[in-house]
Amino acid sequence: MSPLYQVLTPEGGLLHDIEGQLDEATMISMLENMLLVRLFDRKCINLQRQGRMGTYAPFEGQEASQVGSAMALTPGDWLFPTYRDHAAAVVHGQSMMRVFLYWMGHMEGSISPTHLNIMPPCVPIATQMVHAVGTAWASKLQNEKHVSLAYFGDGATSEGDFHEALNFAGVFKTPTIFFCQNNGFAISVPFEQQSASKTIAQRAAAYDIPGVRIDGNDIFAVWLTMKKAIERALAGEGPTLIEAMTFRYGAHTTADDPKKYRDQERLSEEWRQERDPIQRLRVYLEKLGLWNERKESDFIASAGAKIDAALAEAESYPKSRPEEMFKHVYAEPTWMATEQEKELVQPAKQEGIPA
Amino acid sequence: MKRKLTMIQAITEAMDQKMAEDSRVMLLGEDVGVNGGVFRATEGLLQKYGANRVVDTPLSEAGIIGSAIGLAMNGMLPVVEIQFLAFIYPGFEQIVSHAARMRYRTRGQYHVPMVIRTPYGAGIRGPELHSESVESFFAHVPGVKVVAPSNPYDAKGLLIAAMEDPDPVIFLEPTKLYRAFKEEVPEEMYRVPIGQAKVVREGTDVSIFAWGAMLRVADEAARQIEREQGISCEMVDLRTIYPLDRDAIVQSVKKTGRAIVVHEAHKTAGMGAEIISIINDEALIYLKAPVKRITGFDVPVPQFSIEDDYLPTPGRVMSGIMETFTY
Repeated sequence: MSPLYQVLTPEGGLLHDIEGQLDEATMISMLENMLLVRLFDRKCINLQRQGRMGTYAPFEGQEASQVGSAMALTPGDWLFPTYRDHAAAVVHGQSMMRVFLYWMGHMEGSISPTHLNIMPPCVPIATQMVHAVGTAWASKLQNEKHVSLAYFGDGATSEGDFHEALNFAGVFKTPTIFFCQNNGFAISVPFEQQSASKTIAQRAAAYDIPGVRIDGNDIFAVWLTMKKAIERALAGEGPTLIEAMTFRYGAHTTADDPKKYRDQERLSEEWRQERDPIQRLRVYLEKLGLWNERKESDFIASAGAKIDAALAEAESYPKSRPEEMFKHVYAEPTWMATEQEKELVQPAKQEGIPA
Repeated sequence: MKRKLTMIQAITEAMDQKMAEDSRVMLLGEDVGVNGGVFRATEGLLQKYGANRVVDTPLSEAGIIGSAIGLAMNGMLPVVEIQFLAFIYPGFEQIVSHAARMRYRTRGQYHVPMVIRTPYGAGIRGPELHSESVESFFAHVPGVKVVAPSNPYDAKGLLIAAMEDPDPVIFLEPTKLYRAFKEEVPEEMYRVPIGQAKVVREGTDVSIFAWGAMLRVADEAARQIEREQGISCEMVDLRTIYPLDRDAIVQSVKKTGRAIVVHEAHKTAGMGAEIISIINDEALIYLKAPVKRITGFDVPVPQFSIEDDYLPTPGRVMSGIMETFTY
């Protein structure tokens, strides 16, 4: 089995010297980002419970993987999130307001900030991985120094597109980073039943590309591994497959009940108590004197206010109008759509038939 | 002297000229490079434009179409070759769930200007799954366009239009016609607009709607029935399958009052039904008889020893036309 790369232990100790690689400001920002997205995630679940949002896919437990990887990017890089990776999207610059809109079923929930390339959350499994090969390939052909980062889960590795993407990226040496969050479960199916290979990282050997297995709850390991993969990609050496071992504390979505397929209480408690990504960084920064209870409560207060402001903006955002469904199907609408839009907006009036 | 080309030569020329004009155009597919494509549609282009622009890909349709989506979103103009239409299915999800929806999901922020070229249709004695005509699958997907030329002139003009289209275009090339005949094709670049049918034969008594390889079958029937029965057939080459040229269909039916659709795709849920529906909506009262469909049967395209029996024949088309007179 590929060794697990870990830098920051669950107890908040360092296994490797990081001197000169990670500055204090970055480390503080890592903690703040993780605290922010965890609050955001919990807020979303509450909103769904209150009927103010649709079905939602929570990511609590996976903050280090998403925040650490997205923080390693630069503007102009291409980010391909799945439906569980809005923490990565937010950290890369997507507004929380936009993420709220997406989960509220708004037509405009997937728009990227104009200076960034944040793709809409990918709902089918593994299909975005080949897109990230294509965008990276185009960057390479156009001599642009940008990488494409594709997120996916352990279940995605069983799809054909996983194979096709890794194979293509290997052959054409595209600057693509394949970032797998192995959270142990594809909805209800445990990884042991998903795959006979013990790790996902080992699959990289088949494509002759580097495969790295890391502690996905250790944000230092995530960030440092990403930086290395980016450096490699931009040097023209091709793709990297990263397997970040992590766990989703909660359900697959708000429509799912994990008690049905796993010992939810025990597992969730175990990960929260023993391997939490936020706790270990908090301990480490406290030891360095960079963080304390007061700083945390101040930050939580300001983060909560930001989330509330984003929510207020999302809830007061003009509702999608029905005719918007006809826009942006093609550059120029077809005659069919144009007529059907009229049918929708001005239904034919006929005597005796109620509207 | 005017120059004559086969359809395959016209297709090659369209790509060649567009690549010379626009460095963003690149070709991807299985065997399109060194081998020049299994039908030689890309012959000579690797030598001319190099391996970055004419790419022999792994045998991987989802990989080809999916990476072409990414290439298109990030500034390139990919022209994909899928070796045969029935080999497109591994990449179907990429077309339906992504190529067709990217503009929509991003509210116009990103779009996918790509062309998927693929030989289609029966009649070439191909092995199993080399002869399908499943254009309906794609015509049912909002966000893509579907085109099928029937002659070298249209093939060049439509392919150039497809390469300049800001949205994904499925470009169906009737395999049987690749080298069936030559006709005059202008040397310069020109466009045949997507979405426009063409009346290829004027007539007064019955309208025949067809596309791709069925044009030749329908034409043979039209000539014979005119000779033998004195029936004047108007023939409309639809050229674009999605979006259909409604005006051309309706105008012709209003003129003749009778219509038949000829397609080699299976009858049920084939595009013939859609054409009849347009006639129903716009020209019902002009009809002197129900619209007839002469199509491939609702069976898998059989092995080649009997594929000619699967395909519409001039005889079946003539019987169909006669039925619209004896109703």
